[in-house]
Amino acid sequence: MRFAIVRFPGSNCDADCHRAVEEGLGEDAFYLWHRDRDLGGADAILLPGGFAYGDYLRAGAIARFSPIMKAVESFARAGGPVLGICNGFQILCEAGLLPGALARNAGLRFLSHDVHLSVERTDTAFTGAYRRGQVLRMPLSHGEGRFVADAATLDRLEEEGRVVFRYVDAAGNATPDANPNGSLRAIAGVCNEARNVVGLMPHPDRAYAAILGSDDGLGVFRSALATTAAAVS
Amino acid sequence: MAPRQGILDPEGETIGRALRELGYGGVTAVRAGRLIRLTLEAEDADAARDEAQRMCEELLANPVIEDFAVAVRPAAGSAVAGGGGA
Repeated sequence: MRFAIVRFPGSNCDADCHRAVEEGLGEDAFYLWHRDRDLGGADAILLPGGFAYGDYLRAGAIARFSPIMKAVESFARAGGPVLGICNGFQILCEAGLLPGALARNAGLRFLSHDVHLSVERTDTAFTGAYRRGQVLRMPLSHGEGRFVADAATLDRLEEEGRVVFRYVDAAGNATPDANPNGSLRAIAGVCNEARNVVGLMPHPDRAYAAILGSDDGLGVFRSALATTAAAVS
Repeated sequence: MAPRQGILDPEGETIGRALRELGYGGVTAVRAGRLIRLTLEAEDADAARDEAQRMCEELLANPVIEDFAVAVRPAAGSAVAGGGGA
């Protein structure tokens, strides 16, 4: 399986994603540049973390108009697996491929520390390798990660089972203290209606091997394998 | 553009607290947004306003979290005044 990692000017977790796929998963990864116009035959697309275009205006606001994003949007709308991590999540929201927006952290500080997440749904392209309710530990690293949407949208996401990850404590409870950035309903990750596009603020790419402190994130990438295999068979 | 009503604005709240501590007790709410000043060529003030409105909708504001307002004034040396020019 071939994972394409889209590099924008200002991406800085592109190599983390590359290693997660090649070293962690043992699959092929290659880079695309934001000015590219086709996806080079990729089976899955990763939009990595970083600060595309310096996060000017709003995180992801300018990156969504990159030439490559037209191809990513077509791929996503055709059912191809697309994962946005951190800045990649922000870009997918700005592009309208995922609902909501990522606003400035409630505490106004840039946060960089480990968090616990619960896997709320296993029926997405990037969570099939987990158990429902499984608690994962991985780092987050962002200044604008507070998931926001209007109440009607939040209710719809809950009803449709599109809240994929929530911030929880180590025991799996969504307590106020476990919510690092003030995200509404402690939402850390969501998916689109067709469940092939997933975005999350924490970094599975920085938690793909025990030597990094956690390998809980590897399942995100492994899940895409099963997704693609299922689509082929 | 400024955070939409109902969207938590921690920056505005922090500014409000600081103002009240300075003795401006009448401050009941602060919403902190941003100003983008565009210089553009247009037929008249209405055309400029329409174009800026479209720019806000397409790129400058995120309607999920922000409201925006557009105000037009003639650039220095411009022949077009607000409704006045030829």
